Amino acid sequence: MGENILALRNISKAFYGIKALSDVSIRVEKGEVLGIIGENGAGKSTLMNIVGGVLQPDSGDMLLYDQPYKPKNTMDANASKIAFIHQELNLCNNLTVAENIFLIDFPKINKIPYINKREMNRLAHEAIKAVGLQCPPDTLIEKLSQGERQLVEIAKAFSMDAQVIIFDEPTTSLTARETERLFKIIGDLKQKGRSIIYISHILSDIQKLTDRIVVLRDGNVTAEGTTSSFNIDSMIFNMIGRDMKHIYPERKNVVSDEKKVELVNITKKGIVSNINLHAHEGEVVGIFGLMGSGRTELMHIFFGLDSFESGEIKIKGKLKSKNTAVQSIKQGVAFVTENRREEGLMLEMTVLENLSFVAMPNLASRFLRFIDKSRIADKAAAISQRLRIKSGAIEKSAAKSLSGGNQQKVVIGKWLMTSPEIFIVDEPTRGIDVGAKFEVYSVINNLACDGAAVLVVSSEIEELMGICDRIYVMSRGEITGCVGQDEFDRETILRYAFGQCAFNKNASHESEVQQ
Amino acid sequence: MFLKGSPTERNKSDVKDLFVKVLLSEYFIVFFCLLIFVSLMPVTPHIASRANINNIMSNLWPLFIIAIGQTVVLIVAGIDLSQTSIIAITSVVGAAIMTSKADPTLFEKSPLWGWFLTESGGPLAGEPAAIYAAIFVMILIGVGIGCFNGFFIHKFKMPPFMVTLVSQMLFSALAIYLTKSENIIGLPKNFKAIGSGSIMKIIPYSMIFAIVVAVLAAILLNKTVLGKWLYLVGSNPKASAVIGVPTGKVIIFAYAFSGFCAAMGSVLLSARLIAGRPTLGQTMLMDVVGAAVIGGTSLFGGKGKVSWTLFGALFFVILANALNMMKLPFYVVDMAKGIVIIIAVAFDVLRIEIKRRTNVM
Repeated sequence: MGENILALRNISKAFYGIKALSDVSIRVEKGEVLGIIGENGAGKSTLMNIVGGVLQPDSGDMLLYDQPYKPKNTMDANASKIAFIHQELNLCNNLTVAENIFLIDFPKINKIPYINKREMNRLAHEAIKAVGLQCPPDTLIEKLSQGERQLVEIAKAFSMDAQVIIFDEPTTSLTARETERLFKIIGDLKQKGRSIIYISHILSDIQKLTDRIVVLRDGNVTAEGTTSSFNIDSMIFNMIGRDMKHIYPERKNVVSDEKKVELVNITKKGIVSNINLHAHEGEVVGIFGLMGSGRTELMHIFFGLDSFESGEIKIKGKLKSKNTAVQSIKQGVAFVTENRREEGLMLEMTVLENLSFVAMPNLASRFLRFIDKSRIADKAAAISQRLRIKSGAIEKSAAKSLSGGNQQKVVIGKWLMTSPEIFIVDEPTRGIDVGAKFEVYSVINNLACDGAAVLVVSSEIEELMGICDRIYVMSRGEITGCVGQDEFDRETILRYAFGQCAFNKNASHESEVQQ
Repeated sequence: MFLKGSPTERNKSDVKDLFVKVLLSEYFIVFFCLLIFVSLMPVTPHIASRANINNIMSNLWPLFIIAIGQTVVLIVAGIDLSQTSIIAITSVVGAAIMTSKADPTLFEKSPLWGWFLTESGGPLAGEPAAIYAAIFVMILIGVGIGCFNGFFIHKFKMPPFMVTLVSQMLFSALAIYLTKSENIIGLPKNFKAIGSGSIMKIIPYSMIFAIVVAVLAAILLNKTVLGKWLYLVGSNPKASAVIGVPTGKVIIFAYAFSGFCAAMGSVLLSARLIAGRPTLGQTMLMDVVGAAVIGGTSLFGGKGKVSWTLFGALFFVILANALNMMKLPFYVVDMAKGIVIIIAVAFDVLRIEIKRRTNVM
């Protein structure tokens, strides 16, 4: 057992009478990576916010180096050398790397409030070199990729000599390459005696990266131990409190010969080139690609949110004449966006309203299109029941009050109101927990069983292998491979994704990820 | 009065509850209007006289109609600064169509002189249908300018503030150019009735105009798909596009509707003045946007109601009227207006904060 650097004792916290944490005690040893896992709403974020000084506990105390530690705000936490790297990065995009690193405490000239730019850039250069970021310190943040921005956050933690660094879901917007680099840096930090708290939904990462694991459920610690004492199943068991034999639902869909969708030679310069793909009735087709491979852009083009230069889109054998979202919806295409909060939901509006938007014009009267509230409410109630959306009264609770998984069900549910036949589902399980993932997979499976063609875009290979009949792999705006269910193999798919083309033997073997 | 004597704890909390309730009410601004009105009664008793109330009302209706249009634009997260120029240009063109006399010494240099406007008035001078034709053309121009705004905002993704500011300058200058800065008088008698006449001396025609527009707008916003789309586009244009809302058409509609409302307001204002004036409405912009925003419509889009705007407009006319009654110099009036508005806005911020705290779960 190593030396305790941080200890939390009997921490409790309630929000408006609802317990978020009760009597949670955890400890962090020097130079270890501690994984914290749990479903959404289990209390992980609340706990980390308490450590990071964002929230104050109702009861319980914390010890840092055996001294009482009571941060009143993030500044206090930073002063105590605890850094918190949030899922949504807190950087000012219009400022430079160096400025962001020293935002709280700029190096000054002789203590007068005049920033010593040269000194700042020198120190920043050291910090970013330590995390392996290759750019001048006066680069603007907006010019950096997500992964690079994260490195800036880490450099910031580095420059304040943080002893405890908290990572909250750091990999959600990183490419595979960037994730690898992040893990290497976490390894380095550990070597240097820093302690890391790592929060993630991706259990395989937790397994690979951490030394010890704490599992939270409903504000309680349900399991704690060295990583080697857990396997994925036992992690899930402790997270959701019941056994989950299968991460993916049993497949019952039957793929017919009828092509529901066909994309022929779709090209848009600099975005996608020569895309040929199709999906049959009752088929779940995966589209895998690393970040920047053009998968989301392709779906935007297919749905009509973006234009294309040449090629054809055929829906149910009919050529799509006008490539607009309105036209796609008319022809029975649904689009579950990857960006739930910004493109999928009206967060301030109620669940009922959010469910009603797509179907509203169809259910309205012919004359002047008056809204038929009762018909919509009936249908929405049925959908909400069918998808088991957990919320208060759907006509009262705002979409933002729902958990991530339930929000996702609302996004899917609004399309079910019109019974479309072709679904585009972009990153359907991003940021939602294991239990909710299973339900989303079931919904996708059921859609295919009912004869829909489902196109699933995802950056998680396992997920696609678990739910798809066929997987297209994209790299740099091109389809580099298509793998049938019997040939599913992680390595093959990754090889295509890194640019090795299945159709073209002369394709470059270089596997650099493009941005 | 339960405030007097030594109030018990219970009394105190009752007062506090009532205060919070009034503050949180959707119609807070109505109470604020009443407060101003009642507190001024001892100072200027004339304020509650029938004549003055009539005066307040006749100021209310045009402002209300125009502010409804502004509300719809604010709901789609835009702003329409060109409403005042629509009022001016429609006033001038409408009057030119139906006037029955034009003084050559005044209008000789007008570009309309000779082919449109002559010594014997406009093209429809003396025709019984002139009024209807004039109103129709006014609405057409209003809607046209609205479409112009909407088109540029949607098609070229220009900021609404700039587009409508430009059309404000463009069309108010055009109104002045057309008339060489002169008022067009000699309008038909029946037209005058729209501004100051009433059914059986009880219900003014202007009120009927306003109520018709208000009911139309309320039905549009609450009952139709298009109305819901307006809110959707205002609160999240990206998400709206994904679910198949024709965002461009919705935006153009909002500005066209705003132009329609400005034109209707112009009809009332011109009729009350019995003239077409190229500077009509020039000072109204602050009141129009203010009425909508103080009523509760958000400048950031997605939020707004016709009834809120009615009360916002009421607030502005009562405030202006009360300050006029006190016979203060204009600069004092403006200063007082500013202070009262900032108090109203401060209360609004306060109540949103309280609401957020109480509703957070």
